[in-house]
Amino acid sequence: MHYDLDFEQELAADAEKIRELQQECHDEATQQRLDRAISALHARTKEIYAHLTSWQTVQVARHKDRPTTIDYLQAICDDFMELHGDRAFADDHAIVGGLGTLADNTVMFIGQQKGHDMQELRYRNFGMPHPEGYRKAYRLMSMAEKFHLPVICLIDTPGAFPGLEDEEHGQSGAIAANLLLMSRLRVPIISVVIGEGGSGGALALSVADRLLMLENSVYTVAAPEAAASILWRDKAFASEAANTMRISARELLATGIIDELVPEPVGGAHHSPHLAAGYLKEKLLAHLDELERCTIDELIERRYQKYRSIGAFTRVAVATTS
Amino acid sequence: MVPTITTVAGSGEIASVEMERAQIIIPSNIAVKCPQCKEIMYERDHQRNLKVCPHCGYHFKLSAYERIEMLVDAGSFVEVDHDIASADPLQFVSQSQIYAEKLAKEQQKVQLNEGVVIGHAAIDTFPLALAVMDFRFIGGSMGAAVGEKITRAIELGIEMHIPVFISSASGGARMQEGLFSLMQMAKTSAALAKLGEARLPFFSLLTDPTTGGVTASFAMLGDVILAEPGALVCFAGPRVIEQFMHIQLPKDAVTAEFAYQHGLIDAVVSRHELRQTLARLLCMSVQAEPWQQTYGAAQQ
Repeated sequence: MHYDLDFEQELAADAEKIRELQQECHDEATQQRLDRAISALHARTKEIYAHLTSWQTVQVARHKDRPTTIDYLQAICDDFMELHGDRAFADDHAIVGGLGTLADNTVMFIGQQKGHDMQELRYRNFGMPHPEGYRKAYRLMSMAEKFHLPVICLIDTPGAFPGLEDEEHGQSGAIAANLLLMSRLRVPIISVVIGEGGSGGALALSVADRLLMLENSVYTVAAPEAAASILWRDKAFASEAANTMRISARELLATGIIDELVPEPVGGAHHSPHLAAGYLKEKLLAHLDELERCTIDELIERRYQKYRSIGAFTRVAVATTS
Repeated sequence: MVPTITTVAGSGEIASVEMERAQIIIPSNIAVKCPQCKEIMYERDHQRNLKVCPHCGYHFKLSAYERIEMLVDAGSFVEVDHDIASADPLQFVSQSQIYAEKLAKEQQKVQLNEGVVIGHAAIDTFPLALAVMDFRFIGGSMGAAVGEKITRAIELGIEMHIPVFISSASGGARMQEGLFSLMQMAKTSAALAKLGEARLPFFSLLTDPTTGGVTASFAMLGDVILAEPGALVCFAGPRVIEQFMHIQLPKDAVTAEFAYQHGLIDAVVSRHELRQTLARLLCMSVQAEPWQQTYGAAQQ
């Protein structure tokens, strides 16, 4: 296990000691010391990860080794066929979508895709979709509705790409169209934030019956750096912004916007992608099972009420003249 | 009830709003300078010309009540839910502001409880539900209260079975309310989906500026989308685009005209033609009803 985040320094030191122990000769005593050291590291990691600040959560959510949409699909689907293109202009590599077999269900999967190395990140535009990506998602969701397939979206994006060409091709309209479509789509929808839920670019895939988040993921209205530069007048206050705006999965669960957390292996999904995928698959199947018990009309009305009830307000006395 | 708009000598801006008969009292010794062509005009003439520069056509920003007064039949506007305000869900405090204090200050300054006014009215006797945003209130940013009011305006349309008109003016989502703000994009879009199922039209007007989460939700979901000339209309905002792309944007990039040229909106409509344009749309919508009853019934 590699520990490379700044708050993991003590864990990195302990891991290094363990590696040294492993290279010494293996007598009974050394083996016992090794086992104790590994247990202690595991316990310490668990403790640290149970108390992450929002900013620390951001770092885990953005970790270069964190499993991506494709990683999860390969692990949880017995078969996955990727489908491409928006049938109008292009195929956006920042969004991956297609038909997958999840246990004995055929599901339409859609997600933003980052990458693990610079080559892949560039190919995927760092998981920042263009309008054609959202239009691909639109067409795949329409197809799912046509064939009564549930839709599962995996959310992991810094946000929709803010280029000039994106404005020309209607980035805002593409996002809005997805919000409209998803709100009335006549199939069950589950959306899971697996990494970064970057604002509108993430929301365009997350109007759902169940909104889940992996426990070390984040969902933001604006990236902490952007919020810091606007509300703290300095990008350097990103960690303050993250902690003030309650963007971590745990904090969002407390607000009621998120329905459930998906547990991660100790030390974060990137420490054990296979285990992480197992936890995700389990939660997805459980929710799918529950959702398939409702009639479609019930489902859609509950979905409407879910979003309808987000955002408390207050009433004040009528503004008096000054 | 239609508000009284009273300007006070020397201020050149709206100083108070009283819920009484429509009446405008303007001292004629106030002058206004056009930020675009730098020409000067009298405030009185400025008001009469719908706050559009007669020399270069620059469309000045309007307050919500000014916009409503210019568009609807006199005395027809009934405001609802004026008292809805933000509940400060994150109890937000940053280095430079305490959100609760900012809200109170803004409410006092602008004499609105939030950045949008909603209700119903008539244009050429055709009824409509409407929501008109006001950029003066924290940059027209959309938080839970704005989202709630816009959703209510749409639901009012569904309930009264009348078209909905929304005039947008926004710098984007209200960051001080975190994810609650973002979710208003989904909430308002979902309400519009219901309006669509009821076969009622939504006419969207984009005014300067219409950006961010508002553009990427209800503003761009109009059955017919109109925009005022020269309005900034975009998702990301010119500065963000420039920083990301390392380019200098041309002067008229991401305007209403740009959106029109790229096929994203139905028309750029000058303020003088706006009322008439909406009246025509409402008339055609009403004329369609007998057909809708015939075919709508058949489809069921």
